[in-house]
Amino acid sequence: MGLKLQQSYHHSVTVKVNEQMGTKRGYTFIQANRAWLPKFFLLWVMVMAFLSTWIYKKMDADNKVRRKEVLSSMCDQRARMLQDQFSVSVNHVHALAILVSTFHYYKEPSAIDQETFAEYTARTAFERPLLSGVAYAERVVHSEREKFERQHGWTIKTMKREPSPIRDEYAPVIFSQETVSYIESLDMMSGEEDRENILRARATGKAVLTNPFRLLGSHHLGVVLTFPVYKSKLPPSPTEQERIEATAGIFASTDIYCIIVINTSNLVLLDQIQLPALLYLGGAFDVESLVENLLGQLAGNQAILVNVYDITNSSDHLIMYGHQNQDGDLALLHESKLDFGDPFRKHQMICRYHQKAPTSWTALTTAFLFFVICLLVGYILYGAAIHIVKVEDDFHEMEELKVRAEAADVAKSQFLATVSHEIRTPMNGILGMLALLLDTDLSSTQRDYAQTAQVCGKALITLINEVLDRAKIEAGKLELETVPFDLRSILDDVLSLFSEKSRNKGVELAVFVSDKVPEMVMGDPGRFRQIITNLVGNSVKFTERGHIFVKVHLAENPKPMEGPKAETCLNGGSDEDALVSGTRQFKTLSGYEAADERNSWDSFKHLVADEELQYDASVKMKAADEASQSVTLMVSVEDTGIGIPLIAQDRVFMPFMQADSSTSRNYGGTGIGLSITKCLVELMGGHISFISRPQVGSTFSFTTVFGRCKRASFSDTKKPNAEDLPSGFRGLKAVVVDGKPVRAAVTRYHLKRLGMLVEFANSIKIVASTCGKNGSSCGSKTQPDIVLVEKDSWLSGEDGGLSLRTLDRQQNGHVFKSPKMILLATNITNAELEKAKAAGFADTTIMKPLRASMVAACLQQVLGTGKKRQPGRGMLNGSSVLGSLLCGKKILVVDDNMVNRRVAAGALKKFGAAVECAESGKAALKLLQLPHSFDACFMDIQMPEMDGFEATRRIRMMESQANEKMNGGTEEGSIRTGEWHIPILAMTADVIHATYDECLKCGMDGYVSKPFEEENLYLAVSKFFKTKPISDS
Amino acid sequence: MDVVNQLQRQFIDYSASLHREGFLDDQFTQLQKLQDDNSPDFVVEVASLFFEDCEKLINNMARALEQQQGVDFKQVDASVHQLKGSSSSIGAMRVKDVCIAFRSFCEAQNREGCLRCLQQVTHEYSLLKNKLQTLFRLQQQILAAGGSIPVVE
Repeated sequence: MGLKLQQSYHHSVTVKVNEQMGTKRGYTFIQANRAWLPKFFLLWVMVMAFLSTWIYKKMDADNKVRRKEVLSSMCDQRARMLQDQFSVSVNHVHALAILVSTFHYYKEPSAIDQETFAEYTARTAFERPLLSGVAYAERVVHSEREKFERQHGWTIKTMKREPSPIRDEYAPVIFSQETVSYIESLDMMSGEEDRENILRARATGKAVLTNPFRLLGSHHLGVVLTFPVYKSKLPPSPTEQERIEATAGIFASTDIYCIIVINTSNLVLLDQIQLPALLYLGGAFDVESLVENLLGQLAGNQAILVNVYDITNSSDHLIMYGHQNQDGDLALLHESKLDFGDPFRKHQMICRYHQKAPTSWTALTTAFLFFVICLLVGYILYGAAIHIVKVEDDFHEMEELKVRAEAADVAKSQFLATVSHEIRTPMNGILGMLALLLDTDLSSTQRDYAQTAQVCGKALITLINEVLDRAKIEAGKLELETVPFDLRSILDDVLSLFSEKSRNKGVELAVFVSDKVPEMVMGDPGRFRQIITNLVGNSVKFTERGHIFVKVHLAENPKPMEGPKAETCLNGGSDEDALVSGTRQFKTLSGYEAADERNSWDSFKHLVADEELQYDASVKMKAADEASQSVTLMVSVEDTGIGIPLIAQDRVFMPFMQADSSTSRNYGGTGIGLSITKCLVELMGGHISFISRPQVGSTFSFTTVFGRCKRASFSDTKKPNAEDLPSGFRGLKAVVVDGKPVRAAVTRYHLKRLGMLVEFANSIKIVASTCGKNGSSCGSKTQPDIVLVEKDSWLSGEDGGLSLRTLDRQQNGHVFKSPKMILLATNITNAELEKAKAAGFADTTIMKPLRASMVAACLQQVLGTGKKRQPGRGMLNGSSVLGSLLCGKKILVVDDNMVNRRVAAGALKKFGAAVECAESGKAALKLLQLPHSFDACFMDIQMPEMDGFEATRRIRMMESQANEKMNGGTEEGSIRTGEWHIPILAMTADVIHATYDECLKCGMDGYVSKPFEEENLYLAVSKFFKTKPISDS
Repeated sequence: MDVVNQLQRQFIDYSASLHREGFLDDQFTQLQKLQDDNSPDFVVEVASLFFEDCEKLINNMARALEQQQGVDFKQVDASVHQLKGSSSSIGAMRVKDVCIAFRSFCEAQNREGCLRCLQQVTHEYSLLKNKLQTLFRLQQQILAAGGSIPVVE
């Protein structure tokens, strides 16, 4: 995410947030049309329903077309079959007619009689499956009737079986098939239909059909086929007239008609309907079987209904076969033309399906499935869209929450910043008052308390800053500063923070810094302090007895030489002594066992010894030091506390983790300290580790890399946080009486920082004897000025008090003033105190933990008021001192503000300085053109055009150019042995740290706060006016 | 000598009241201490410088704030800063306090607040000027009467 909100203000955050939202709300298509989604879905469903209906319809239509085709093909097939069978029958009847004409007319006498005909027709009946029977009628004109009747022996009868009335001509049946033998002797002309038929057949010479009609005595339909037989042979293409002539020509003799009776039931072969009867008379025929046979031959006969119509009269269709009104599918029918060879008659076959078209399940299923699938697809898409919308909504919501959380985070940081800023203001008041208090005449204890309060106050301010840093660390935005600082004084400060607590617990708190560690290092004092504070704080929290020991030495230290142990202990045999004491005494600071043996005396003494050696060759070492740019320090914090349980050891550095839940209950704390410490250590280029044994203690060690401080730069710019240790103790001799070598080394370390020469003694007796000896022989040379006695050593030796007195007495015997006796104690009861006073420690008791400044304060008190007023400390007569410092100096004051300028000038003049003023940076630059005669310059920072920083930078540039030139050329021209470097002091109203850093960065030497205060001014001025001669010399 | 004594007491009371009412603070005392035989008129000199400076700055600010729109707050701020520096140098506490408030309004670019502060500053300034002039008159009277100016602790 491109949110960069860290430290910006809240309103700007919200603005950014809004912008963010603006750009982020690039909705997707789906999101933009969310309201339309259900409608889309509905539309989809509707479209799909429509589509599936269409599919169904199309498939159904296909089905219908196919059905129609099937129907038409079936219908045509039936019509063709019927027609074929019909024409076969007609052909046969034709053949029969030729047979009759051949054997009846052309033979004389006739070769055929009724019997022959009957038999012949019966035997050839299979040839005429459609005909139920055939008969032959002869043409008889009225004039020949009698002759005919006589010849045959019967009279011509009408259809009604009555003797025929007189007519022009008759057509009595003479031969008949057996099946229709009952029509013999009937006059075919007597029936209207038949007569018409016969006449038409005679005229056309073709087979002719009657209308279908109901036969007498039955309701069956029938058709009569009439075929003419001519007596004479016809010309190849006879006209109609010729035909009539031919028949007429033979009319009198042979008036013969061939009467063919069509059994319509044979049509019914195609159907299952009841059979019609014969032409003139109904009769029982064996048609059933015939029908069955043909049914078997045709497939699909079950499915369709067949009707046959005579459509000669187009307005009135006569049904020949089938029922007029039937169920069945009336919607679909097929008509097929039938041609029975009679041009006069027209026939038609109409087929229908027996049942209505069945519902097309395939189409229905296909359409339905299609619909269902589409519905599902639609639903899936709809669901996906809904889901996308929901996810996007959630995403936006989350984003908003995230932005809000980040804003809250910023607000929190801001709150912290504000609050800590607010706390800082009153804290400044407290610190100021403490500073004032410290300037009053205080007893050493009061001074210590006040100093402690002041230091604690300072630490509190630092801690407040650290609260901010904690947030910074969490955000990974921590930047380390690189400023010179005094490691030792920081350690002292930290220790003093915890001194009260440790004293109450009876825990000994000590710090030791190897001599090889440079006095000033470049690094981040605040972070270093934070690390130490965290570690020591932890240790103090978890330690109830024993000691807490902070040790700093060079990590790049090659293993201490195992050469001669140049110990200056008065008693070198401390090892044996510890063993002699018998009890399980460990050679650690307090005698308790520590987790890490490295800090016990065995290894520690090598370190110390090493230092002793190197101390002599310090010049050489320092030269070597200058060579390398950085110095790696190894810091270890050892305690004899409860230790860390083994199972918890691997999560010690995880945030908010304590050894177990009971820990926070018993000891409080959040457990974030160590994780921050780890971060800081890693930021400083080191790493942290620890060794811990439950119920024995823990030792945290870490390495850290600091830059080496250029000697030249820090002699001029003594940092304010490097507290000035009084130098009045330089060269004093002290004897430390302590049975525990580590502790003795610590004490010596502090005394050495004050410039004192320190010796060890294992017990008071030894001191006494040594003093006695030396005192008499060598005099003051080895005479200790101060004897510091550890409380344990004093109490353990019963003879302590005695020997002290002896010591006193011996001293009194001499001219030399007696050494001051000082008791060192971690905690001391009143009774013990009394006893101590009685025993001769009248001078003072120094409470541990030792700090150089505190020791110095105590020593000042002990060694008399004369030294109490250290030049660095005593401010009360500051004016005169200031006067002496500034008298005759030429000082330039640069300030754009006239009033300020005047006031500053006035103040400086008061102290005897010659003051010149400049009202801008440019003017100052002009005045400071080299060579000039100014001794110092006070520079306002905030000035128009060119501010103090810029002006200083330019001045420094000028100077460095001049210096280069000077170094290149001869040195005689310059009055000063040193280089051009005018002390420039910033004058500023705000004295926050950042400004100070800025001052240093651009080459200033210090600052004084506006408005001038004497003390302030003195401190600033004294630094360079005093140090100058020192560094020059 | 009675007159001198009376004048001296009056002077002490007056400067004490000035301190009490917060017109002046220790810085002014410091200034007074700076005044010695070498520079007998130091305080007066500085004070008149201050008055000049003040009048100039107040005029500047008033001009800058007259604009209905587009007030150059930077310029106003610079002036206030100057004024604050001057006033703290001379120990004019009340003026300084108003300046602090003034600056915060400047930072917030609040014209209304600035105008209000300007008014206050002008008011405080004229008050202070009157008071100081009275004080200096007293001083002169003491000197004229042949007394020395008492040091107010």
